[in-house]
Amino acid sequence: MSSSTEIESLATGEYKYGFITDIESDSAPPGLNEDIIRFISAKKSEPTWLLEWRLKAYRRWCTMVEPNWAHVKYPAIDYQAIVYYSAPKSTANGPKSLDEVDPELLATYEKLGIPLHERARLAGVAVDAVFDSVSVATTFKSKLAEAGVIFCSFSEAVREHPDLVRKYLGSVVPYADNYFAALNSAVFTDGSFCYIPKGVRCPMELSTYFRINAANTGQFERTLIVCEDNAHVSYLEGCTAPQRDENQLHAAVVELVALENAEIKYSTVQNWYPGDKEGKGGIYNFVTKRGACRGKKSKISWTQVETGSAITWKYPSVILQGDDSVGEFYSVAVTNNRQQADTGTKMIHLGKNTKSTVIAKGIAAGRSNSSYRGLIKMKRGAVGARNYTQCDSLLIGSRCGAHTFPYIEVEGNAGQVEHEASTSKVSDEQLFYCRQRGLDPEQAVSLIVGGFCREVFRKLPMEFAVEAQKLLSVSLEGSIG
Amino acid sequence: MLNIVDLHAEVGGKPILKGLSLSVGAGEVHAIMGPNGSGKSTLANVLSGREGYEVTGGSIQFLGVDMLTLKPEERAALGLFLAFQYPVEIPGVNNTYFLKAALNAVRKHRGEEEIDAVDFLALMKAKLAALSMNELLINRGVNEGFSGGEKKRNEILQMTILEPKLCILDEIDSGLDIDALRYVADGVNMQRDGKRSMIMVTHYQRLLDYIVPDYVHVLTDGKIVHSGGPQLAKDLESQGYGWLKAEEE
Repeated sequence: MSSSTEIESLATGEYKYGFITDIESDSAPPGLNEDIIRFISAKKSEPTWLLEWRLKAYRRWCTMVEPNWAHVKYPAIDYQAIVYYSAPKSTANGPKSLDEVDPELLATYEKLGIPLHERARLAGVAVDAVFDSVSVATTFKSKLAEAGVIFCSFSEAVREHPDLVRKYLGSVVPYADNYFAALNSAVFTDGSFCYIPKGVRCPMELSTYFRINAANTGQFERTLIVCEDNAHVSYLEGCTAPQRDENQLHAAVVELVALENAEIKYSTVQNWYPGDKEGKGGIYNFVTKRGACRGKKSKISWTQVETGSAITWKYPSVILQGDDSVGEFYSVAVTNNRQQADTGTKMIHLGKNTKSTVIAKGIAAGRSNSSYRGLIKMKRGAVGARNYTQCDSLLIGSRCGAHTFPYIEVEGNAGQVEHEASTSKVSDEQLFYCRQRGLDPEQAVSLIVGGFCREVFRKLPMEFAVEAQKLLSVSLEGSIG
Repeated sequence: MLNIVDLHAEVGGKPILKGLSLSVGAGEVHAIMGPNGSGKSTLANVLSGREGYEVTGGSIQFLGVDMLTLKPEERAALGLFLAFQYPVEIPGVNNTYFLKAALNAVRKHRGEEEIDAVDFLALMKAKLAALSMNELLINRGVNEGFSGGEKKRNEILQMTILEPKLCILDEIDSGLDIDALRYVADGVNMQRDGKRSMIMVTHYQRLLDYIVPDYVHVLTDGKIVHSGGPQLAKDLESQGYGWLKAEEE
C-alpha cells in the first residue's frame, strides 16, 4: 500500500549546521610518532610526568589492535593521515574575556544557535567552550571559585592543579584500557576539568560545547570530573560539527570519580555531522566514558541523546564500588540514512546493595542500524545488588535495523537482574491519526518519537530537554514522505 | 457545505464505493446506516484522505474546495474532523501537548496566531468543565491505557477544542455501555450549534435515540439506496435492511 512506501521514502534531512570557519591553524604535520607527542606536550608546556604518561600510552597503543566486535562497518582508519594538534592562532595568548575571543568563533556559535554570552547569562550556565583543540572561553569562573569549585580547561588544570590531575588522571580509564582510550591518552589536546570539594553543591549546571573544525584534525578530548564527599554536580556536554568530506575521528575519554555520598549527573546531547545520505563524510565517534562510584552511597548518572556521527561507539559505564552506590544510564540514540550506532552501558557491581538502572531507547530510520550493547556484571561481593534494564527500539520504515546485545554476568547468587526489551514501529495508524488532527507528517513523527523518548528526556536538565527535542526533529527530517 | 457526487473508491483494487452521492448543508446532522461491508467506514476514510483508499471517480467539494487534491492535514485545517472508531494510542505523548500541537497546526494553516501555553490551558480547563470530564485524563499519554469509553470521550474533547466545521463520527457508539453512550452523545449534542455539520456512521438505531439526526441514509453495496427522516432509522430497527433491497428491485 502507498502508506508504507510513504514511510519508507526516508532520509532527506540535510545537516543544517554545515559550514566551515576560516581560522589560521597552528598545526602539527599529519601522522603519529613519539616526536608528535613531544610536540603536543611541549606546545602545552606540560610537566615531565605527563609526557611520560603519554609516551607509555603511545607505546602501549602501538601493540594494540583496533577492536572489531561492534556492529558497525567502516573503511580502515589511516592514523598516519590525521593531524593530532591544531590550535586557533588567535588564542595563542589566551583570551581574558569574551571580547578577546575571535569574532569568527563567536559567529560560529551563533550559527549553531548557541550565543555563548547570552546563553551563559540567561541560563546561568558556565560554559567552557572547546573550539578545535584549545579552550577559548570560560565564563562564570569567579562565581564558581567562590564556592570552591574548580572548572577549567584540562590544560589549565595541568598547570594550576597538577597534583589533582596527577592523582585522578587515568584512575578510572587507565591508558591501556582499550585501543581508543590509549590513543586518546597519548595525544589528547584539551578538554575540561572539574573538581567539587567536600560538601559543595555546584551552584550552576556546567556545560561544555565541543566542536570539530580544522580539516583532518582528530579530536581527542579529555574530561575529568571529581566530586569529593557529599559534593554534587550536574554537567552538560553538547556538540555539533561543520560539514565536511573526510571522515573525522573522534576518540574522547571522560572519567568521573564520585566519593562518599557524592553525586555526578552527566548529560550529553551529541549532534556531530552524520555524513550525507550515503553516509559519506560523517564523524567517527569512538568514546570511552566511565565513572567510578568509589564512596558509599555515591551516585553517577549518565543521560545521553545521540543523534549525530556516522559511527557511534560509546558505552558510558559505572563501576559501583562503594556500598549502596547507584549507577544510572538513560539513553536515546537516533540513527537515520546510513548512520550506525553501537551504544549502551556497563554496570559493574562490586559493593553491597549497589543499584543500577538502564533505560535505552534506540530509534532507527532510513537504512541505519542502531544497536544496544550492555553489560551487567555482579561480582561475588555484591550482595543485594540490583539492576533493572529496559531496552526499547522504534523503527521508522522497513530498511533500518535495531539490535540488542545484552550481556549479564552474575557471580554466585549476589544479585538480581531484570531485563526487558521491546521493538515497535511508527505505525501508519498513528501517523494518520496525527495528520487527521492537522499535523504534517514530520511534526507527527517528531511527536511520536518524542513520546517514545519521554522517559529519557525527563532526566535531562530543562534547557537541554528542549534542545534535544529540537535535535530529534532535525535528525529525523525527511524520514517520512 | 459538503457535496459528494457519484463517488467511486476502491481499497486494494477492490471497488467499495460505487457511485455514492450525498449533500450536507450547514448545521445538518446526517446518519449513515447500512449492513456490514456496505462501505460506511470507507466513506469516512475517503473523506478524511487516508492513504490506501483510492478514489477512482466522482468528486467531493467541501466549502467550495476540491477535497480530493488535499492532504489529510489540509482537510483537517479546513475544518474536517474524524472521530475514530478505534482511536490510536501514542505512548508518552502528553494528551494536552498533543491537543495544543494540533490546535496550533490548524490555526497556522488558517493564518491565525498560535495559542500560547497559558491561554491553551485556560481553554482546555473550560472545555473539560463543559464536558464534565476528569482532568487526570489530559495529563496521560494520548489514549495510552484508556478504556474504550475514555478513548471516545477523548475524541469528543478533541472535537470540542478543534471546533471543526464538519464532524465525521465513525461508529462512535461501538464498544460503549449505555452510560458512556449517553455521555458521549451529550458531548456531541453540545457541538450542534446550527452551523456545525455532522455525518454519523453507525450500525445501530440506539445511537440515534441520543443524537437525533435530521436525515438518515441507508448505504448498501457502495451506494445510498434510501434516504429519509429520523423515522427511517426506527423502521430499519424493526424490519432490517431486507425490505429496502426488495423495494429497490
